[in-house]
Amino acid sequence: MTVARRIAAPLRKIGSLLVSVGLTFLGLTCVTFVIGRVIPIDPVLAIVGDKASNETYERVRLQLGLDQPLLEQYWHYLVKVVHGEFGTSVMTAHPVLDDLLSVFPATLELATLSLVIGVVGGIPLGVYAAVNRGRWQDQLIRFMSLLGYSMPVFWLGLIGLLLFYAKLGWVAGPGRVDVGFDDMVPVVTGLMSIDSLIAGEDEVFWNVLSHLVLPSSILGYLSLAYVARMTRSFMLSQLKQEYILATLAKGLSPFRVVWIHALGNVWVQLVTVIALTFGSLLEGAVLTETVFAWPGLGLYLKNSLFAADLNAVLGGTVLVGVVYIVLNMLSDVVYTLVDPRARGQG
Amino acid sequence: MAKISRRQALAGAAAVPLALQGQAALAATPKDTLVVAKQIDDIITLDPAECYELSGIEVATNLYDRLLRYEAEDVTKMVGGVANMPSVSADGKVFTFKLKPNQKFHSGAPITAEDCAFSLQRVVLLDKTPAFLVTQLGWTKANVKDLVKATSADTLQFTITESYAPSMVMNLMTSIIASIVEKKVALANEKDGDLGNTWLKTNSAGSGAYKLLSWKANESVSMESYPGFRMGPANLKRVVIRHVAEPQTQRLMVEKGDVDVARDLSADQIKAVRANKDLRIEDFAGANTWYLGLNMSDERLKNEKVRTAIKMLVDYDGMVNTFLKGQFFVQQSFLPVGFFSAMKYTPFKLDVAKAKALLAEAGYPNGFTIKLASNNSAPGPEIAQSIQQTMGLAGIKVEIVTSDRKTVLGDYRGRKNQMTLMSWGPDYFDPHTNADTFARNTDDSDGAATKPLAWRNHWSIPEISAQTALAAKELDAGKRKAMYEALQKKVTLEGPFVLMFQNVSEVTFRKNVSGFKLGITEDLNFYRTAKKA
Repeated sequence: MTVARRIAAPLRKIGSLLVSVGLTFLGLTCVTFVIGRVIPIDPVLAIVGDKASNETYERVRLQLGLDQPLLEQYWHYLVKVVHGEFGTSVMTAHPVLDDLLSVFPATLELATLSLVIGVVGGIPLGVYAAVNRGRWQDQLIRFMSLLGYSMPVFWLGLIGLLLFYAKLGWVAGPGRVDVGFDDMVPVVTGLMSIDSLIAGEDEVFWNVLSHLVLPSSILGYLSLAYVARMTRSFMLSQLKQEYILATLAKGLSPFRVVWIHALGNVWVQLVTVIALTFGSLLEGAVLTETVFAWPGLGLYLKNSLFAADLNAVLGGTVLVGVVYIVLNMLSDVVYTLVDPRARGQG
Repeated sequence: MAKISRRQALAGAAAVPLALQGQAALAATPKDTLVVAKQIDDIITLDPAECYELSGIEVATNLYDRLLRYEAEDVTKMVGGVANMPSVSADGKVFTFKLKPNQKFHSGAPITAEDCAFSLQRVVLLDKTPAFLVTQLGWTKANVKDLVKATSADTLQFTITESYAPSMVMNLMTSIIASIVEKKVALANEKDGDLGNTWLKTNSAGSGAYKLLSWKANESVSMESYPGFRMGPANLKRVVIRHVAEPQTQRLMVEKGDVDVARDLSADQIKAVRANKDLRIEDFAGANTWYLGLNMSDERLKNEKVRTAIKMLVDYDGMVNTFLKGQFFVQQSFLPVGFFSAMKYTPFKLDVAKAKALLAEAGYPNGFTIKLASNNSAPGPEIAQSIQQTMGLAGIKVEIVTSDRKTVLGDYRGRKNQMTLMSWGPDYFDPHTNADTFARNTDDSDGAATKPLAWRNHWSIPEISAQTALAAKELDAGKRKAMYEALQKKVTLEGPFVLMFQNVSEVTFRKNVSGFKLGITEDLNFYRTAKKA
C-alpha cells in the first residue's frame, strides 16, 4: 500500500463521516423547522397573549419574520444555527443555547445513572436468562422485562413516589435538591452530584443523591428491561453456534464459555442497544421529568412545545439530533475496540 | 485487595436507603421560608411592562410596589401605594399624585416621581401586551412623555385624553402596568433602546415586599424579603415557588411537608386530603368567567330563540355539584362576583321542555348538528361532554373538537369556530375591563382595529357598545352601578355568550401556615402576610 493510499483511506472515512453528519443535521433542521411552522399553533399568540392589540400582534409577527416565505425563513434560521444562534426562548427569556446548557446536564446526570443501572443489571440478567432458557429463572426475568416494557413510566413514577418517598421516606421527593440547599453549590459541570463533591458539600451531595435515586432507578429499570431482553436474545443465538460446543468439548469451563466467548461475540450488538438506550434517555424522559419535577431536557421540550416556543423546540430537537450523531460516532469507535474485524473496514 | 463478603455487600446495600432516608428526613421546609408548589410554566417574563401571564403577575405583584393598591389587609378598599390617593381635575382628565415620603427601592435609592413617570411611559413606549391597558387612556408613543410627567421630585401628574370615570383610571393604577420600576437601574441595563426590557425579564428593580433572587424558568422563583418595604418587612424571609407540573406530585409533596402550600390540586385530590390532619384547605373566589361563545355568523346561532334555548340546555347546577364541585360556582354574568356592580345573576337553569319549544318556534323542532371547540385540559373536555349530553336531549347534536388551548384560541380569534368553550379573566379591578370585551363591538369587519369577545362571536352591537362607553365615563358611582347592571342583564339574556361559572381556587396549606390569602385576581395575591408557626 502506498503512502498516499494510506493517507487517503482515513481521509475518505472522515470526509464521508462529515458528509453524513452534515446531511443528517440538514435533514433534522429542515424537518423540525417545517413541522414547527405547519403546526396549528400561532407562535405570535404564544408571545403576545390573547389580549394583545392588533398592532402589537402584527409588530411581533414581523419581528419573528413570519411574513417572509417559508424557504427564506428556513435559510435565515439555518444561517443562525450554523453560527450557534438558536434565538431567544419565549418561555424563559434566555438564549436557547443557555437554556440547553442548563437543562441538559440535569438530563445527562439522570440518564447516565439510569444507563448504569440498566447495563449493570440488564446484561447479567439477560445472560443468565439465556443460559437457563425455559427454566423458572428465565421465565422470571422475562416476566420482569415484560413488566418494565408494559408499565407506563408515569404510573410507575407516581407509585414509586408514593411508596419510597411518601410512605417509607427512603428517598427525597421531586426536584433535584431540597429548597434549603438551593443555589448552595456553584455550577461547574451542571451535574449537581459532581458539583457538590467539587465544592466539598457532602450534605448537598447526599441530598442530591437522595433526589436522584428514585427517578434514575425507575428509568434504570426500564433500560434494564430492554437491555436484558436484547442480551437474552443475542445470547440465545450465540449459544446455538457450533463453536460453543467445540469450546466446551475442549474442556473450557461453562462460565468462561458463556461470559467470555459467547458474551464477547454479542458486544457489537449490545453496544448498539446501549447507545440507543442512552440516546432515548438523553432526549429526555418527558413523563419521568414531569412527575419528578426534574428540570431536564424532556421537560424543557415539553413545555416549549406547549408554549409554542419554536426557537426552544428547534434548539432542543437539534440537540437531540446532535446527541444521536455523537452516540453513533462513539458506537463506531467502540465497535473497533470490541470487534477486531471492524478495524479493517474502510 | 480485601474481598467483600456477601453479607458485607448486603449490609452495604441496606445502608444506602437508610443513609438516604436520613437525607429525606431533612426535607422539611426552612422555618423562615414559604415553599409553594405551583404550575408556573406560564411565566415568560417578569418585566411589569410586559408581564401578562397569571403566575408572572402574581410574582410581580410582590416584587414591585404600585402607584395605588388594594392591600392585603383589606382587598376591597383602594388605597395609596407608592403615592397617596390622587386629586382629580374637575373635568376628570388630570390626575395628580403626591408620593409618600422616604420610600426606597430595593437598591436603596429613593423612589421619585420621575421613576413613576418613567414606569408608566415605558409601558406605552415598549408596546408589549399590557400596553393596551393604558393606551385606551389616549396615551401614544408620541404623546406619552408630555401627558405623563413628574412635576416635582414627589409629584406625578398625568392627563388622559379619553373620557373615563376617575375610579376606572385609578383602578388601572392598581394593576401591573402601574408597577414602579427604578429608572436608573432599568436604563443602566438598557440594550438596543429596550428601556431595560431584556434585563428586567429575569431581574427586578422594584420596591415591593420581596426582591427577586432568581427565576429559573419551569423550575422555581426565589424571592427574599425586602426589609425597607413601605408596609414593613414581610413575615417570612424567603418565598420559593417551585414549578411542580403534576398535581399528584404536588399532593405528595404537601402531605410530606416538602412544600408548605400546594396550589393546583384537582377536586378529587382535595377531597382525598381533607381528612389529613396536617393539612388545611381554603377556598378563594377567583375572577375567571367560563362561558360558551356562540358565533353568530352561523345562521342558527344568529337566531335569539336558538341562543336562549342553548342557554337552557346547560346543566349548570349539575356540573357544579358533581365534577366541578368546589372549583366553580354558577355565575351567569360577565362580571365576577366581587367586582364593583357585579350581580349574582342566574336566570337560566336546565329546562329541556322550554328549550325544545323555543327551538320549534325558531324552526328547528328536530334540533341540528353543531361543532363545539374546547381546549383539551381539565375541566374543558368534561364541561363540553356535559353540554353535549344535555343539548342532545333537545335534539342538538354537538360534535366536540378538542385541541390545545392555543389552537382553540387561534381559531376563536379568527372567528372560525361555531361554538367555543372558553374562559376569560379580567385585566384590572374595574367592571370596564370585562364590559369592554363582552359588551363592545362597533366594527364587526374582519379588519376591525380591536377584536373583543363580542367581535369574535360576530355580535355587532353599536347601541350596547355606546352604553358600555358611557358606563366607563360615568362619574356618579350609583348611576355607574345601575348602568353595569343593565349591561350585565342584556349580555346574559341576549348576547352570544352562555355565561356559566366563576372559578374558586382551592389551596392546600400545611397546618402551620397562615395568613396567605389569594385575592380575586393575581394582583391581590400577597406573600408578605404569610406566617409559619
